[in-house]
Amino acid sequence: MAESLASHGTHGDASHDVTKRDFLKLTTAAFAAIGVGAMAWPFVASLAPARDVLALSSTDVDVGPVTVGQAITVVWRGKPVFVRHRTPEEIAAARAVPMSDLRDPQTDQSRIIRDPWLVVVGVCTHLGCIPLGQKPTDPKGDFGGWFCPCHGSHYDTSARVRKGPAPLNLLVPAYAFTSDRALRIG
Amino acid sequence: MASGLHDSQFTNPVIRWIDQRMPVFTMVQKEYGTFPTPRNFNYLWNFGALAMVNLVIMIVTGVVLAMNYTPHVTMAFDSVERIMRDVHFGWLLRYAHANGASMFFMVVYVHIWRGMYYGSFKAPRELLWMLGVVIFLLMMATAFMGYVLPWGQMSFWGATVITNLFSAIPLVGNTIVTFLWGGFSVDNPTLNRFFSLHYLLPFMIVGVVFLHIAALHITGSNNPLGIEPNGPQDTLPFHPYYTIKDSVGIVVYLMVFAVLVFFIPNYLGHADNYIPANPMATPTHIVPEWYFLPYYAILRAVPNKLGGVALMGGSILVLFVLPWLDTSKVRSMRFRPITRVLFFLWTINFFVLLSMGGKPAEQPYVLISQICTVIYFAYFLVVLPLMGRLERPLPLPESIAIAVLGKRATLGAGPIPGGATAKPMEKA
Repeated sequence: MAESLASHGTHGDASHDVTKRDFLKLTTAAFAAIGVGAMAWPFVASLAPARDVLALSSTDVDVGPVTVGQAITVVWRGKPVFVRHRTPEEIAAARAVPMSDLRDPQTDQSRIIRDPWLVVVGVCTHLGCIPLGQKPTDPKGDFGGWFCPCHGSHYDTSARVRKGPAPLNLLVPAYAFTSDRALRIG
Repeated sequence: MASGLHDSQFTNPVIRWIDQRMPVFTMVQKEYGTFPTPRNFNYLWNFGALAMVNLVIMIVTGVVLAMNYTPHVTMAFDSVERIMRDVHFGWLLRYAHANGASMFFMVVYVHIWRGMYYGSFKAPRELLWMLGVVIFLLMMATAFMGYVLPWGQMSFWGATVITNLFSAIPLVGNTIVTFLWGGFSVDNPTLNRFFSLHYLLPFMIVGVVFLHIAALHITGSNNPLGIEPNGPQDTLPFHPYYTIKDSVGIVVYLMVFAVLVFFIPNYLGHADNYIPANPMATPTHIVPEWYFLPYYAILRAVPNKLGGVALMGGSILVLFVLPWLDTSKVRSMRFRPITRVLFFLWTINFFVLLSMGGKPAEQPYVLISQICTVIYFAYFLVVLPLMGRLERPLPLPESIAIAVLGKRATLGAGPIPGGATAKPMEKA
């Protein structure tokens, strides 16, 4: 069967001179491609977050009532954000870790804006579950931070991954302190 | 050649491998490449392809709109306004979909008119024609339910009036209406099922369109002369001759479409539909979308509930039996001097009905509607059956080639493209 491939049909004649018709075909095809692209653009763009969704992209948090050792969860863009008022021991433990022990090396100082507050997106970097460790009764994993029950990732007190399948540390969102006791995420 | 494999003419190894096992490329080549098509099409033969393009536009915009629409009485109106204001290019998608419905009816009306003028419904194309009428009915149902979805005042009261048409049916009418509504008035269950059906019916249209084209490719296309092609000298391969001719039409069609969408997007709509639905107050002047107006005029012309509904239904259903009402053997009106004039009068009458449907239900509009209704049906039920017997048609040309080329056809001068041969065209 294979040897009969070349002998069939009239398609694919390779040898011919370049003619005006080739130019016309190419320019027509180019215009058609641009037109299809222009028509496809609004359809694809409509799938992006709409303006009302984008309008909800920042969240204000009052951290005044959060006492030492306590953590709160706030919603930002439909996702949980962990705000943890860390104890001095937790901060010391996070800073004592040598970089060589980390899968995704980042210093604790680079992950915070102002002590003692740690602000991270509470979504496991493996496959998107919410790690446990916010409530006092939650398991906090082997490193005193968070533990993801889905596939067993452990995070330390700087929310850096230390064990399990997660590839990266919990993400630090863009945020800023708007006063001593209030911050704005996003 | 291994047994069981299709004898593919393609040389590209990947295309060939697929084509031998599932000859879709051969089929496309046969049905849209070399397909022998009468060489004398005019631009009215564009409108089938235009309708196809329009159907695709409606489905693509509709699917994306449905991603942002909420079929609930308390949220539907706001979700449509959110599409207009917050969704990127949402205004464009919605205006394209809404005006696309109008474009679809314009295109299909011309397509139907062309079929009536050139006798495309006559043997052997009766089933092809009837499938077209089925598509038209499905389109009307789809358009009606789509208009309900924004849940404005016209949506709500349009839904109320149209569903109440079924209450005219003796004995079971009210039960049918209750089942349409899923309650005792047009309400949330109605909106939910209309959304479901509005999403379903276009795909049923796709199915019937497939049958419509399958039937077309058995009988072949009619043509402006209404005589059958007799051989390769009467036809052209569909590609490139009619792919190019259709492309010209598509460009013009898109220009008209663009003017509607970008400059007068609400021209064919009703301002009342930007008022949220209020089940406690009917708008003073309630009319359907323009493409339903002729039938609406027929409905209102009859001062009897069942009679009006029956005539309105009959005005479409009569198209199903058109192949048997028209007794003339001559297809094209070009060769029927009297019927041709009467058909033009019927066409004008159709536009008068359309105009009357948009007027208030008072005199003199009701009287004009009644006269036009009589004319509408008289053409089908009296003129066409009689004219086939009374009228002396003009002599038909010997063949398409002779009519198109004159003497050159018989002299054999000039290249005659190999329309009926199965071989693809060589690159020129």
